[in-house]
Amino acid sequence: MSETASADTRPNALSAWPDIDGRFGDFGGRFVAETLMPNILELEKAYEAAKADPGFKAEMDLFLTDYVGKPSPIYFAERLTEAFGGAKIWLKRDELNHTGSHKINNCLGQVLLAKRMGKTRIIAETGAGQHGVATATVAARFGIPCTVFMGATDVERQAPNVFRMKLLGAEVIPVTSGTGTLKDAMNEALRDWVTNVSDTFYVIGTVAGPHPYPAMVRDFQSIIGREARAQMMDRLGRLPDACVACIGGGSNAMGLFHPFIEDEEVRLIGVEAAGHGVETGKHAASLKGGRPGILHGNKTYLLQDDDGQIIDAHSISAGLDYPGIGPEHAFLHDMKRAEYVSATDEEAMEMFQLCTKLEGIIPALEPSHALARVRDLAKELGPDGVILMNMCGRGDKDVPQVARMLGVEL
Amino acid sequence: MTNRLTTRFAELTAYNRAGFVAYMMAGDGDSQGLLNALPAAGADVIELGMPFTDPMADGPSIQASALRALEAGMTLKGTLAQAAEFRKRDTETPLVLMGYANPIFSMGWEAFAKAAAKAGVDGLICVDVPPEEDNELRTALTKQGIALIRLATPTTDDDRLATVVANTAGFVYYVSTTGVTGAGTGVVTEVGAAVDRVKAASGLPVAVGFGVREPEQAEAIAKRADAVVVGSAIVDAMHEGGIDGATGLVKRLASAVHAARR
Ligand SMILES: Cc1ncc(COP(=O)(O)O)c(C=O)c1O
Repeated sequence: MSETASADTRPNALSAWPDIDGRFGDFGGRFVAETLMPNILELEKAYEAAKADPGFKAEMDLFLTDYVGKPSPIYFAERLTEAFGGAKIWLKRDELNHTGSHKINNCLGQVLLAKRMGKTRIIAETGAGQHGVATATVAARFGIPCTVFMGATDVERQAPNVFRMKLLGAEVIPVTSGTGTLKDAMNEALRDWVTNVSDTFYVIGTVAGPHPYPAMVRDFQSIIGREARAQMMDRLGRLPDACVACIGGGSNAMGLFHPFIEDEEVRLIGVEAAGHGVETGKHAASLKGGRPGILHGNKTYLLQDDDGQIIDAHSISAGLDYPGIGPEHAFLHDMKRAEYVSATDEEAMEMFQLCTKLEGIIPALEPSHALARVRDLAKELGPDGVILMNMCGRGDKDVPQVARMLGVEL
Repeated sequence: MTNRLTTRFAELTAYNRAGFVAYMMAGDGDSQGLLNALPAAGADVIELGMPFTDPMADGPSIQASALRALEAGMTLKGTLAQAAEFRKRDTETPLVLMGYANPIFSMGWEAFAKAAAKAGVDGLICVDVPPEEDNELRTALTKQGIALIRLATPTTDDDRLATVVANTAGFVYYVSTTGVTGAGTGVVTEVGAAVDRVKAASGLPVAVGFGVREPEQAEAIAKRADAVVVGSAIVDAMHEGGIDGATGLVKRLASAVHAARR
């Protein structure tokens, strides 16, 4: 435990973390090289000031409605409900956001903050390319040069997004170090940031990284849960029995969960990527298959070997292919406030096709994982149950990959 | 806290000599052989790198070196075993471990500190554990008489410097540029001013590193700093030319540093 947080500075509500040291219980913190510490402390101050400034909120709100297309609707997925034969399934349609995923909620907030702080260059890491596209989009809108680091493996499997980023004026740097996936892209972005500390703002794409990122990204993504909670009350006059979301680093899940944390009757269920199966060792399920460690600025559950070396994640979905998970999820897991389960590559492929056929919604491979557990949960809860799932991204970016996997030549 | 680091820096001061700090990676090539050979080649202090899969503050040379070491089967336990083997032959040269938090955390802060002390280790540089997060680690190390060495950088202003040098021991490592290991050095005059600032604030010797490759650079820095650290260049020399290549470079660098104030 850190020495400065005495018992009386510890939040007593589960939704009120992190503490002043950026800790969620024992998780989180600021584990970065000294060169970055002043930046991170500056960022924390700037973010606190922006949060308290009505002008910042007004600018956010304007762009969220007119540019992103907020609020996104909730939608009763009648045919999936029928097919799964149980609880009613409602989808939060964040895939309808500009750029096709929830990622832009966070990018907008961070780029506006960068502008406020007078930063003149934006960098980002990306896995599926959705965060890279969203960052490049907002950077284009505000005329700020943008560099995106992307694992070389992902550059290949998410080719359409690479081209989109380039069209948007971003420089895309394929990262070949390590295994060329999301964690390596994040290492490389951190290396760039250490080198260009004074003018560069690092837009982290998930609820990971050093404090204040996990809390800040959660706050920007909480629009998902805030809208959905109000929409459920409005449409059904009740809260859902369960909120379900897929987990890469955990930003869309945290954004959905956070406004429901104090609603004790609502189950919060995160779905990690099980790849070939958690028992095979080829997966990305940090909570199911990992243990606490320190990486990328925070203490959290990580896939690692006995020596504390990081093990590569595996998932069909580039956006879930990360060996860690946001520290607040680690905390909610240990506090048993949220449940964490997993879905395999194969299940995700099946759900991708099913949702497309039944609902006319092509889901991204990431939320396709969540759908697999929604199927089980629907049966478990029965017809009186209500499930709210975050449809956090659309699957257009995955079409070439899915075609390849189905043996179809485009 | 007196340990080999304090003694060594006191000796260097007595001779009005700057020290040469050689960094090498445990497990990359015949690292035991190189480690054992470094004192005779002129290293006053040795930094032994603990390989990690995700070295966020390192440039391409040290990244590649760490991956080679891991590929060859090196672990934190293996690194400590090399330190212990070295200590059997050399009881005077200070040995500092350098690396990242997770392997240490995985072993346990206390267990690591005990094992390191037993292996004859004198100091630790843990790149991704800043003062705000090092309470448990520092307590564990202090109990074992091991110095937790902190990094000061060009971004460390006077306010922050007080935090960085509080509770530190051994020496302060001044990172001469913002950037990863192996990138270019800072401007020597600026480095000199920074060294004076860090020395005044800490009352400890200051070693300067990151990006020093050539004897001429090392010599220029040695005029102002208590010690000069070279890493990537030695790691590259070891990879390309084995122990002879690495010790040859260390000899050239060390004599340049040792001659700087004559
Ligand atoms: C559509 C989509 N969903 C989910 C994720 C995973 O990220 P997170 O867990 O932070 O929501 C990504 C990441 O790229 C994504 O593109």
